[in-house]
Amino acid sequence: MCSTGVVYKKRRYCNTYQFFFPLSADELIANAAYIGSPGKGILAADESTGTIGKRLASINVENVETNRRALRELLFTAPGVLQYLSGVILFEETLYQKTAAGKPFVDVLKEGGVLPGIKVDKGTVELAGTNGETTTQGLDGLAQRCQQYYKAGARFAKWRAVLNIGANEPSQLAINENANGLARYAIICQENGLVPIVEPEILVDGSHDINKCADVTERVLAVVYKALNDHHVLLEGTLLKPNMVTPGSSSPKVAPEVIAEHTVRALQRTMPPAVPAVVFLSGGQSEEEATLNLNAMNKLKTKKPWTLSFSFGRALQQSTLKAWAGKDENIKKAQDALLTRCKANSEATLGTYQGGGALSEGASESLHVDNYKY
Amino acid sequence: WVFIFSKSLQGLGYDFWAEKTLKTPDFNVLETGAMAPRVIMSCYKGKYADELIANAAYIGSPGKGILAADESTGTIGKRLASINVENVETNRRALRELLFTAPGVLQYLSGVILFEETLYQKTAAGKPFVDVLKEGGVLPGIKVDKGTVELAGTNGETTTQGLDGLAQRCQQYYKAGARFAKWRAVLNIGANEPSQLAINENANGLARYAIICQENGLVPIVEPEILVDGSHDINKCADVTERVLAVVYKALNDHHVLLEGTLLKPNMVTPGSSSPKVAPEVIAEHTVRALQRTMPPAVPAVVFLSGGQSEEEATLNLNAMNKLKTKKPWTLSFSFGRALQQSTLKAWAGKDENIKKAQDALLTRCKANSEATLGTYQGGGALSEGASESLHVDNYKY
Repeated sequence: MCSTGVVYKKRRYCNTYQFFFPLSADELIANAAYIGSPGKGILAADESTGTIGKRLASINVENVETNRRALRELLFTAPGVLQYLSGVILFEETLYQKTAAGKPFVDVLKEGGVLPGIKVDKGTVELAGTNGETTTQGLDGLAQRCQQYYKAGARFAKWRAVLNIGANEPSQLAINENANGLARYAIICQENGLVPIVEPEILVDGSHDINKCADVTERVLAVVYKALNDHHVLLEGTLLKPNMVTPGSSSPKVAPEVIAEHTVRALQRTMPPAVPAVVFLSGGQSEEEATLNLNAMNKLKTKKPWTLSFSFGRALQQSTLKAWAGKDENIKKAQDALLTRCKANSEATLGTYQGGGALSEGASESLHVDNYKY
Repeated sequence: WVFIFSKSLQGLGYDFWAEKTLKTPDFNVLETGAMAPRVIMSCYKGKYADELIANAAYIGSPGKGILAADESTGTIGKRLASINVENVETNRRALRELLFTAPGVLQYLSGVILFEETLYQKTAAGKPFVDVLKEGGVLPGIKVDKGTVELAGTNGETTTQGLDGLAQRCQQYYKAGARFAKWRAVLNIGANEPSQLAINENANGLARYAIICQENGLVPIVEPEILVDGSHDINKCADVTERVLAVVYKALNDHHVLLEGTLLKPNMVTPGSSSPKVAPEVIAEHTVRALQRTMPPAVPAVVFLSGGQSEEEATLNLNAMNKLKTKKPWTLSFSFGRALQQSTLKAWAGKDENIKKAQDALLTRCKANSEATLGTYQGGGALSEGASESLHVDNYKY
């Protein structure tokens, strides 16, 4: 039987990746399950050079390699933080960086019980014939790149597909093309030892209501999971990074319980239980909003055969960035801010977050930017 | 007219017109030129939604399951022939009365699937069968498909017919007391089977049937049976089952079916009928894993078909699944025909003096399967004659 590690050479009857490479299948399953550990989540620190430049600019810090390194060192060495994380997503440059004392970041993370991850997509390009819709590129040579990343210590990967809601969007072409890209990326990752985080982000931009977002999310996730099945992806060795189901950014807000109900229902209708965990993106929500919504989901009494956790970028780093402001004397204050958010989100994965309290400056600040591009 | 004009321009790619004239809300231009609001919905949310959800959940009650008594006239004829009983309406009625009035049986059932003729039949004393069932807390169901036809260009593969006028038929069945329906799609495993055409066509038929049922108040049981015939091993069956279920659930999503108001009636994942048997635990593991990989938690329950397994085999396999410690966010229950009725039929043999013995046999199997849904079946015991008998018939046609 394949699941016991016997090499199964015949390809003919195999539906999933598990049968191609059973030994690394076990590793994928174990790593995916670990990332989904209750009480832990992912810090998305994979901002590309251009994007991190915008963040640094907002606190008047120059976008040079040493500053990018210093910021990430601040994050990864913050006392007490790593216990609340199961993974950190890195940009390629960061995967090979070290602390000022010379310790590789991947070692810092591993010693803290945190799996290093790597962003492997190469951004979006427009789809001809659509109203500005995009697909994500990055498949060329992806297998070789994954092998290198695995050697460097990465154990999971991330690929962001982007869709938006509009009068005629998302189009069937955009949904299909992005889903197919995600599926190709996912199987290539698995063949090379990396757990693929599947991220079909539906942007929050728009004036639509929450039901429209739910409709689109359900349709998109159905296409995504069909594509993963078509491409023989081992679901037990994947994670999903979806948007929460919310009203559009120009629409009136709703309570966390409403977001929780719509989001979990969308997942119940589309996501097979074989997937071990969901790690939500924050998509422009403020730090506190994102935590409250995640908390509400974990308090919901309904069928949830997957962990509901976080993979937050802005919603974990915003107050940290503001506190740091690029100055060494602020490092401790900044690290405390990060610890506060990590602990809050850890509680949110257990449904025990009490909310509010003394929020750091910026914790309630909306992080929404229209038509946000990484 | 300006909207028809802009719509046709839109078809030619001139979206700037659409942008200017078709802001919010979204609407469709009908052939008559009238505008109808486009209801943006992921799935059915009409007047029967709450009832469908409640009925589907009820059918999935732990400790209960479905008696599939929907054999068509031709099929029930074969069963009656096997016990030397003439295939006439009174005998068919008598058999079903024996089943539905068997003391103590209805408590273990949440539903009974009926053939159209049976939906309108009564007990000898004149009580409609649907009332007997309802009073016993059992939902009447109705088989609505019209059998299979061959797909041209395939090696004998089939699709299922029955969509024509289905909405009207469902309305009539609902009026007559039915609250769920069944449609059987059939696939087989072979060198080149099931073909993508067969999978897609059968899945699409199931999805069309399902939404039509929901629009008319009936919970659709979705049955994509992959026949057990063949010499393949259990991994092949698992592979095919997972691919088929993925196509089925994609089709249900495409057709806006409300998953919370459906049930799945799949085959268990087993070796082919010509292959060596495996233990119930192995069947359980492969079957539940296939469901974990394809079936969203929104579906309330799975009611397995028995597909030629003996009564005892089917019960032991179901029991093993319910003992498995793994993620199972849906009830795992039964919708058995042969595997509930075999020893009952043999005991009856068409004779009035055997009715009690036959009803006791049915009670034994119902109770056993009820325990199997809870994972508490102890197995074995004094099996009725026929309980261990394989019910497999090659290339079985209902």
